[in-house]
Amino acid sequence: MSTTSGLHISGYVRDHNTHPPLDYPGYKSTALRHPQRPLTLLPHMLTEITSPVLGQDRLGPHDHDLTRQHEGEPQGQRILVHGQVRDSDGRPVPHTLVEVWQANAAGRYRHTGDNWPAPLDPNFTGVGRVLTDAEGRYRFVTVRPGAYPWKNHRNAWRPAHIHFSLFGRAFTQRLVTQMYFPDDPLFFQDPMWQSVPDEKARERMLARFDYDTTEPEWALAYTWDIVLRGREQTPFESEEEVLEDDE
Amino acid sequence: MSAHHTRPEVPTTPSQTVGPYLHIGLPWPDGPFAVAEGTPGALWLRGTVYDGAGAPVTDALVETWQADPDGRFDHPDDPRGARSLPGFRGFGRCPTDASGSYAILTLKPGPVPGPTGDQAPHVDISVFARGMMHRVVTRLYFPEEEAANAADPVLGSIEDQAARATLVADREEGGYRLDIRLQGERETVFFDI
Repeated sequence: MSTTSGLHISGYVRDHNTHPPLDYPGYKSTALRHPQRPLTLLPHMLTEITSPVLGQDRLGPHDHDLTRQHEGEPQGQRILVHGQVRDSDGRPVPHTLVEVWQANAAGRYRHTGDNWPAPLDPNFTGVGRVLTDAEGRYRFVTVRPGAYPWKNHRNAWRPAHIHFSLFGRAFTQRLVTQMYFPDDPLFFQDPMWQSVPDEKARERMLARFDYDTTEPEWALAYTWDIVLRGREQTPFESEEEVLEDDE
Repeated sequence: MSAHHTRPEVPTTPSQTVGPYLHIGLPWPDGPFAVAEGTPGALWLRGTVYDGAGAPVTDALVETWQADPDGRFDHPDDPRGARSLPGFRGFGRCPTDASGSYAILTLKPGPVPGPTGDQAPHVDISVFARGMMHRVVTRLYFPEEEAANAADPVLGSIEDQAARATLVADREEGGYRLDIRLQGERETVFFDI
């Protein structure tokens, strides 16, 4: 840690091989939406080491099973997606909210802005939520999403993916990412996938087909572990001062 | 505390954009209400998110996180102990609308302890949007807290007065306004955390 203006500065080193740059010309929409000034260092204090403790009240009865949110079952290949959420210190992240959203099996989102001519599925919304268990594990039932075209470049198609949103235990751990499927043929032309500089880091967005969890006569399974950044504890120079007004 | 750098032992999962369809997955019906309407002291934090051409960003999501009016957090890592204020979530979440605007109903936070004295009352803000590969983080400060703002370690670390001013909200009817500019001459100060 270094000290600036009497403040302890967190020693966390952002991994620039893992996280895409905000300015990524291959993804055209970044052009007007990336800050151009250098980011200002924000030492981690109380606001940054805490975050909302979200509980069961965030969940509806079928939020964990995207195939049971309507009268009938959605079209497509039923899949189980499960895994563990940990932080980069290796600790499981228990009881944290995991949110997902995705296209239907035909590659179309239930969103007014998505109007490419693939069918909407009346039995699929494409939105799910769960809390991780005590060991940081999560599990969803859904259908495998389809690929879809977009207009970023000529003949641009997004590889099949599920959007994931995670809170972790600290404001600094907040993560929105995408889970991809193994053996997808579309990675070579996808700027989202390619925006991650390091090939090994890209592979961390890839789910693994999981035959052992696959349920006979019912659903294929994929497993995907998510690693949030670490937490910087004890950012206080003198905790006594802070503790004075306890009670 | 001893000087050290922490390198992650387990490599992290990369960030990816929320994309254009975040509105189906992320907003909650009660997301903008960190407190219920009618709560004494409730105020609106409003603003518009602009891109580098000055156009409103209509497919963004703003999240806020803050202390309660006593400067406390409902979280086990608050060294004073978690303490919840009934009816107050501390967290707000609002998608931007067709005019690029967000609005979050909350309570004004109290001063929050820092390493060398109190930090000025502040709200941490995350902005997610199509066209952003990961969120950007900024802070909102309150205009009437002149003395506390002058002593605040984070505001004080920003030497450029015009840049510092991008973090201080304006008072308006029913609450405060903080516009967020992702890029350009009056670009908001964003933090590396």
